[in-house]
Amino acid sequence: MKINADGLHFQVLNEKVRSCPDEEIVLDNVLGQRYIGAGLCDKKVTINGVPGNALGAYLNNSRLEVFANAQDATGDTMNAGEIIIHGNCGDALGYGMRNGKIFVEGYAGYRAGIHMKQYQELKPVLVIGGVVGDFLGEYQAGGQIIVLGIGAEDKIPVGSFCGTGMHGGAIYLRTEHCPTDLPAQVCAADATPEDIEEIRADVTEFAKEFGYNAEELLSSHFYKLTPNTANPYRQLYVNN
Amino acid sequence: MSVNYFPAEFEVLRNTDKCIKCRACERQCANEVHFYDADFDKMLTHDDQCVDCQRCVTICPTGALKIHKNPNEFRQNYNYTQQIMTENYRQAGTGAVLLSSMGNPLPYPVYWDKILINASQVTNPSIDPLREPMETKVFLGKKPNKMSFNEDGSVNTKLDPHLELSVPIMFSAMSYGSISKNAHESLARAATELGTYYNTGEGGLHKDFYQYGPNTIVQVASGRFGVFKDYLETGAAIEIKMGQGAKPGIGGHLPGAKIREDVSKTRMIPMGTDAISPAPHHDIYSIEDLRQLIYSLKEATEYKKPIIVKIAAVHNVAAIASGIARSGADIIAIDGFRGGTGAAPTRIRDNVGIPIELALASVDQRLRDEGIRNNVSVVVAGSIRSASDAVKAIALGADAIYIATPALLAMGCHLCRSCHGGKCNWGIATQRPDLVKRLNPDVAYKRLVNLVHAWDHEIKEMMGGMGINSIEALRGNRLMLRGIGLTDRELKILGIAHAGE
Repeated sequence: MKINADGLHFQVLNEKVRSCPDEEIVLDNVLGQRYIGAGLCDKKVTINGVPGNALGAYLNNSRLEVFANAQDATGDTMNAGEIIIHGNCGDALGYGMRNGKIFVEGYAGYRAGIHMKQYQELKPVLVIGGVVGDFLGEYQAGGQIIVLGIGAEDKIPVGSFCGTGMHGGAIYLRTEHCPTDLPAQVCAADATPEDIEEIRADVTEFAKEFGYNAEELLSSHFYKLTPNTANPYRQLYVNN
Repeated sequence: MSVNYFPAEFEVLRNTDKCIKCRACERQCANEVHFYDADFDKMLTHDDQCVDCQRCVTICPTGALKIHKNPNEFRQNYNYTQQIMTENYRQAGTGAVLLSSMGNPLPYPVYWDKILINASQVTNPSIDPLREPMETKVFLGKKPNKMSFNEDGSVNTKLDPHLELSVPIMFSAMSYGSISKNAHESLARAATELGTYYNTGEGGLHKDFYQYGPNTIVQVASGRFGVFKDYLETGAAIEIKMGQGAKPGIGGHLPGAKIREDVSKTRMIPMGTDAISPAPHHDIYSIEDLRQLIYSLKEATEYKKPIIVKIAAVHNVAAIASGIARSGADIIAIDGFRGGTGAAPTRIRDNVGIPIELALASVDQRLRDEGIRNNVSVVVAGSIRSASDAVKAIALGADAIYIATPALLAMGCHLCRSCHGGKCNWGIATQRPDLVKRLNPDVAYKRLVNLVHAWDHEIKEMMGGMGINSIEALRGNRLMLRGIGLTDRELKILGIAHAGE
């Protein structure tokens, strides 16, 4: 089913999406409507135009594909599904996400992947094709963040404060240039062939979505950032 | 053993004439204070491990035990008290931040105790709640400011979603993790029987408790633990936790040791890793951002549930509440600086925030002045200790109150303030299976129901005394209050006259 979003208020548009019986939905002329796909289950939504903030918040096993840039808080607390962005993405991408995958073709803003977590078979994946702003993976508790830095091979692909408070999961950076201001609780190491196997499926899927050569990307040098403890606050307190 | 520079805080006194060496105290104490010495055929104690939880005293079959404050005193000093000196020794020994639990115990003014309630005499006669109907039912949520009509001329009866409370008392947020599963079950069952609500806290909702969903408020905090569609849809309302009275401005860390299998499942995080709630929501830096989270939750639950925003009472609480009332929230919960906690840095708990009485009075007045009081209901927490505190809170402008410490007391808590240690001998603030099973939900839930019924009756009695038969008529009725021993400034903030005026 096609829905013309031109001039529709987000409440009206989102109600149309929720009540649509079809599994596949195409939204045309989207312009800044917020909360598209919030908590949505078992749908495939194609979004033509720029969606507003909180796209796919609490997403529950749907696929959202955006043929434009996306804005802030995309995939907030996402639980399952896929968000594909054929463009760039704003701040606070994938906040607290627990499962599912987000692929951004271009760059992402500040505070991406904050407090991503994982649990048993639930393991979120965030792949950013370009570079990303400050605070990537702050408080990261699980999951996989992959920054490919395509077109920015000559510089550090992340901003400042990457991985502050990180206590789980991993961040992979496709670069020769390791961030120089990593906090004490984050270890950076050259990715091993086993590490590359860990991300092969996700990078391959990214490459397929956006028309890159996966092998070429995977043959580059990657840094892998991991936390050095799951209990960063253990020594901080004394009973009083 | 290295010298730690300070003596045990408590001393266990055992009446050896009464003690029958049954060793019940030894079995009951998770802090391993009591032990039996076979050589001397004597029960002995490690006083330094005692937290004064009173479990052994209560359980001793012969009443042989007493615990008192260690009478040993450092040289008297009103500035450097023994407490301050001991804290400095602790920190010098460890280099660590002091961690405490439950509410601020310091002797700050308690305004509830400086406010008196009115009663009718001669004119406007009092009402006997045993004989006349008294209404303590409360609806929480947005109230329309005026009637509106549909196109066909009929009255628009569509209201925003509400919570319906049989009593103006709810159980405030305590997460599974900070308290035990049996404690959660007791709260859930009591809320269901009472026709009110309990609150999951930020630790997610255990599968066994989805059945109590209609009486459950589910919380969304910065860590987003256990938050997903089923969880949001199960609750009767969703509370966004922005702050907590015991620790305004900081987040929470549930230590990995407390994340055992069941807690891990409920929070949806791996066992043994710290559960860290960052201090701010990193996607909220303004009222507009808060609005975005509120509406994303409303969208995800199809506008069927009221959204509560909980904040700590801080200096500019009135301005913050004004913003929240315009953000789309249905209910504001304000938590005062004496509110409890499962763990908070001592310095934060004891020094940050303001009393709920002053915060409530200024928020209610600000919302009225701005004509937006009906946009939201106001729920207050942070040390409502009794039915009279509740009546005073409602007369100061609250729609309902949240209680947690009195609920813990009902379940057996003795306020030893050691929740963060995870060795609660009463089976409340612990995840150790041998301790958790000490709390019987069949008994504890009934005690919670008793407590709230008793308070409800007292509230009705006090209302009746004032000649008021509905809680609606008490709400914001500050003429029913008088201050005692308060300054002009304090009276002005509270919006009440002094006794005798």
